[in-house]
Amino acid sequence: MENFDLFGALMQPIMEEDPTQWWEMLLSGLYWTLAVSAVSGVVAFSIGSLMGVLRTTSNSTLVFIGNAYVELFRNIPLIVQFFLWYFVVPEFVPPLKEWMIAQDPTIAQFVTAVICLGLFTAARVAEQVKSGILSLSRGQRSAGYALGLTETQTYRFVLLPMAYRIIVPPMTSEAMNLIKNSSVALTIGLTELTFRTREMGEVTFAFFEAYIAATVIYIIVAMTVNRVMALIERRTAVPGYISGGK
Amino acid sequence: MNSFDFSVISGSLPYLLQGLGYTVQLTVVACLGGILFGTLLALARLSSIKWLSMLAAGYVNVMRSIPLILVIFWFYFLVPVILQFVLGTERPPQVGPDRSAYITFIMFEAAYFCEIMRAGIQSIPKGQVGAANALGLNYRQSMWLIVLPQAFRNMLPVLLTQTIILFQDTSLVYVLSVTDFLGAASKVAQRDSTLVEMYSFVALVYLAICFSLSMAVKALQKRTQIIR
Repeated sequence: MENFDLFGALMQPIMEEDPTQWWEMLLSGLYWTLAVSAVSGVVAFSIGSLMGVLRTTSNSTLVFIGNAYVELFRNIPLIVQFFLWYFVVPEFVPPLKEWMIAQDPTIAQFVTAVICLGLFTAARVAEQVKSGILSLSRGQRSAGYALGLTETQTYRFVLLPMAYRIIVPPMTSEAMNLIKNSSVALTIGLTELTFRTREMGEVTFAFFEAYIAATVIYIIVAMTVNRVMALIERRTAVPGYISGGK
Repeated sequence: MNSFDFSVISGSLPYLLQGLGYTVQLTVVACLGGILFGTLLALARLSSIKWLSMLAAGYVNVMRSIPLILVIFWFYFLVPVILQFVLGTERPPQVGPDRSAYITFIMFEAAYFCEIMRAGIQSIPKGQVGAANALGLNYRQSMWLIVLPQAFRNMLPVLLTQTIILFQDTSLVYVLSVTDFLGAASKVAQRDSTLVEMYSFVALVYLAICFSLSMAVKALQKRTQIIR
């Protein structure tokens, strides 16, 4: 660390014949990190909402399905789930395997990462959605039924609009977890930010500079997500609730 | 999928168990070290000394905004450098990734345990501290005898849940090619090209262990709940 030179290291070209500089590599890594997080966030939100709702219905089969889903995806380490989706599942589904081999590896890695992270995070979203719905007073559901709404309508128009607004703060930390968890995709070869950071360290030996740069980038991303979610939180705050109104 | 051969697992079971042993050991050490250091961090964060609480808050926030894999790389690189500085040796001492992982996980988990303990300490009514002061206890005594035992008890289920997460997270030492449970399985899988069997087995074992542990935590939570 005698000659710490952050900008020098970042401006270094990656190879003699390639003028691309390392900061550009890190940025392209950040691009993949954000892309994977955004798409799997959509997957997680949709499936997580569905599973969360199932767990609060009156049908015991649906409750079981929802609970089983959450327990299954919560109790296997994320990296093992990555390996299952990338190495094991294609062996059981031959067309999928053919597709993965035919594809550009980056596309195959991206799709795997989105499915894996999406389904993993969905279990956590389901937990939040469930607790959001359960935090509402029983009268809300009864009022829905008393007005003649079906169970679906009660969820759509009465319970979910309230529940989503209440769970914005825990969903903020889930969003940040999702971005951090996307780094596990480097184990299947996806060239996201942490992958590029390690690469930069190993090629240039400027480990310290590379890790500092990545740490700063991750902190900026986390702070941005935090601010955006705080804005959403303010906009959607339920009047009269401590959790909402600040 | 032509042959799903589970006999490949029984052959390498001793090696896999050795890996699982390392995983458990890493979890226990990181849990105890993390709770100790995390509690100190929580006390620092709640301290009235401004610079101390800001330092602790900064540490916790940085640790919580970067991915664990990056932290693993950070400490794998930093531990030898710091040891060289502390010991004053000419060259950085050789620290294997399996040993630097202990420090990594203690330092990383401390940030999470700190937040749990902070919530625990803040959940104790102010009257308890007031009563301790009235009895003539100093800061250390009131914390050690009055506040921390209650905070710890209140937060026990959360601490245990975090430990289950930690148990799963230790599998990420894979990125340093450490032979933990997953690392052992993946080495066998690559040697015998039995990826399907090995990774399915690993997933099942983790599922069984973590599911039973989380059921146990739920049962404990019901029993230790203080009815107010």
